[in-house]
Amino acid sequence: MAFNHYLLVCGGTGCESSNADKIYTNLKSQAEAQGVAESCQIVKTGCFGFCEKGPIVKVLPEQNFYVGVKPEDVEEIIAEQIVKGRRIERLQYKEIGKAGAEKSAKGGIENIGFYQKQVRVVLRNCGFINPEDITEYIARDGYAALEKVLFEMKPSDVIDELKKSGLRGRGGAGFPTWRKWSFSADVKDVDQKFIVCNADEGDPGAYMDRSVLEGDPHSVLEAMAIAGYTVGADKGFIYIRAEYPLAINRLKIAIGQAKEVGLLGNKILGTEFSFDIEIRFGAGAFVCGEETALLASIEGERGMPRPRPPFPATNGLWGKPTVINNVETWANIPVIITKGGDWFANIGTATSKGTKVFALTGKINNSGLVEVPMGTPLRDIIYNIGGGIPNGRKFKAVQTGGPSGGVITADNIDVPIDFEHLQELGSIMGSGGMIVMDEDDCIVDVAKFYLEFTVEESCGKCAPCRIGGRKLYNLLDKISKGSGTMEDLEKIKSIGNAMKKASLCGLGQTAPNPALSSMHYFYDEYLSHIKDKTCPAGVCKDLVTYTIKEDKCIGCTLCARRCPVSCISGERKNPHFIDQDKCIKCGECFTVCKFDAVLRA
Amino acid sequence: MAKLTLDDLRKLREEKRQALEIRETDNKTIQVIVGMGTSGIAAGAKRTLNQFMTCIEQYNLTSVSLRQTGSIGLDHAEPVVEVKMPGMPDIIYGRVDPEVAKLIVERHILGKELVNDHVFDRPAPDIVEG
Ligand SMILES: Cc1cc2nc3c(=O)[nH]c(=O)nc-3n(C[C@H](O)[C@H](O)[C@H](O)COP(=O)(O)O)c2cc1C
Repeated sequence: MAFNHYLLVCGGTGCESSNADKIYTNLKSQAEAQGVAESCQIVKTGCFGFCEKGPIVKVLPEQNFYVGVKPEDVEEIIAEQIVKGRRIERLQYKEIGKAGAEKSAKGGIENIGFYQKQVRVVLRNCGFINPEDITEYIARDGYAALEKVLFEMKPSDVIDELKKSGLRGRGGAGFPTWRKWSFSADVKDVDQKFIVCNADEGDPGAYMDRSVLEGDPHSVLEAMAIAGYTVGADKGFIYIRAEYPLAINRLKIAIGQAKEVGLLGNKILGTEFSFDIEIRFGAGAFVCGEETALLASIEGERGMPRPRPPFPATNGLWGKPTVINNVETWANIPVIITKGGDWFANIGTATSKGTKVFALTGKINNSGLVEVPMGTPLRDIIYNIGGGIPNGRKFKAVQTGGPSGGVITADNIDVPIDFEHLQELGSIMGSGGMIVMDEDDCIVDVAKFYLEFTVEESCGKCAPCRIGGRKLYNLLDKISKGSGTMEDLEKIKSIGNAMKKASLCGLGQTAPNPALSSMHYFYDEYLSHIKDKTCPAGVCKDLVTYTIKEDKCIGCTLCARRCPVSCISGERKNPHFIDQDKCIKCGECFTVCKFDAVLRA
Repeated sequence: MAKLTLDDLRKLREEKRQALEIRETDNKTIQVIVGMGTSGIAAGAKRTLNQFMTCIEQYNLTSVSLRQTGSIGLDHAEPVVEVKMPGMPDIIYGRVDPEVAKLIVERHILGKELVNDHVFDRPAPDIVEG
């Protein structure tokens, strides 16, 4: 007995609430009734995303994708799809009116699935190949771009192709990659140039680069060699944070294998081009991700930024022209060469081409890495891919750009995400961390968290960042404790604006963003902390008290047993009390009480 | 391996591509691919891998090749495992602890049926082969 069809019913929480269970049992009984139970298996799955369109039934091997399925549709699904083998057009998902999707249909992303929201360019090999086996990379068009560049293209052709692609740096600032390369290429009369890969990924909540290096290290090596050929460099460095042991190990293996077969090293593929790559470990400071600090660190100096210009493209490592790009930027390049700049430019928006990888974390059902065309609205990422917010809580905001970025709120959930739009909203693309917050997160607390991070990570070289950051943190701390004033809000704004203008590097220039952005979008929440001395989300410890309502407490003793500081007392079957002097406001009693007897105020 | 020339590289690419393809269609071969990125390993992918090894030995499944890959990005569902075999659609399984790994061997590979509650969707079409 073998099945010839598999009916997958999405069993994610979103779908479950809309009848997925019923559909599952109906499918089973209908399959029995129509005599096909032997030939089709009904399977409950993990969350497929697309919760807004649930319940979902997917049919294998046909790959039909039925959305908004109702229990009454089940009979027809079995009769048409299984018994007669016909697709049910009425239920089949079709993408309508989505800018990105329409473009891709005519724009040449071959074989785009009917319903898939993700397009994986950067992550094309992650989850496909064994990263420790160079031949598997080669089998999937690996080193075909290097081959094409070395044998068919002049350096200026490579730059033209990058220009056509519209690729912009994925490390934060979004600088056009072709321009950076041509600055370095244009420098003549130097004995040495360098290529550097920035793999210092230090944003809290970001791990795109780590995944690329762990899953597809050769794509970065190949791209760096292409850059070496294009600008005339024979030496590359990968600056990677020491906290990424697995990525480091895979990189080492990859470099070793590439050297062994002559895809790195002297006279690559028998040509006159030679290129070598060395690994350098990050010094464990966030600021070392900033390009000038990073270069100083490679040189063996203390990792502190210096003023730009001159830019590294002309005055980089040991004063030599140096192309420095981010891991994700590098990973795009081999595909741009093999598939062409036009292919790449077809994905994305007018000013932001290609895809972006986001690390989706926080209050989201399907946390993980998502890669979507630039211009995809946040709603698609949160609800169609991310599977929505857990436990039925309400979406509050997303922090993009980590400690350098700001929040996107529910009001802007349909804004297409690209470099320009994020900036308009007062945030930044950053490296691609996306931390989702729900109604239980306090916006003041979040801003305070990021300021604490930047204060800790400031290198101290320039006063605006060193002193301004500390001042901002202190003001936020004061507000979170209920002793803030309205003038404090004005101070945050003026200090923040001064830091933006006067700081030496991006760290200080962007450090005020989390505070300024959250104040802009959640002004009322700041006011609650200042005027009403309350924290609406119940997070700021100094502003909440937990009490037990006598008439609701049945004396089950659960809270008393769970309290980590044993400050709850009371007889069994009698109302309990919280000793406010000892309470540490952890909220455990509030969470565990089954009778709503614990009050948070 | 010796240093490659252009022709060597092209030949290697073609051979290896075919080898990987044949593995997918050849009636004998079954691939079990375990995601071994940081998130997979943190969620217990090494124990999962070991369990597959034990089961493959136990049932003497000489036609199964056990492979590793990086993270496919479904962090909420780690450890993630893909199973490719003739006569069955390619399936991505999530939350594969050793117990589920055993079920995959017994039900999917030996019984040709899918394992309930653990099937996940491929996040995107393949742009390389596609
Ligand atoms: C404080 C700070 C930290 C940074 N951290 C990183 C990082 O971890 N990774 C990265 O690629 N770029 C980082 N950048 C951006 C780099 O300075 C630089 O813009 C980038 O490496 C250029 O590559 P791209 O053009 O490919 O984006 C950081 C910048 C600042 C100001």
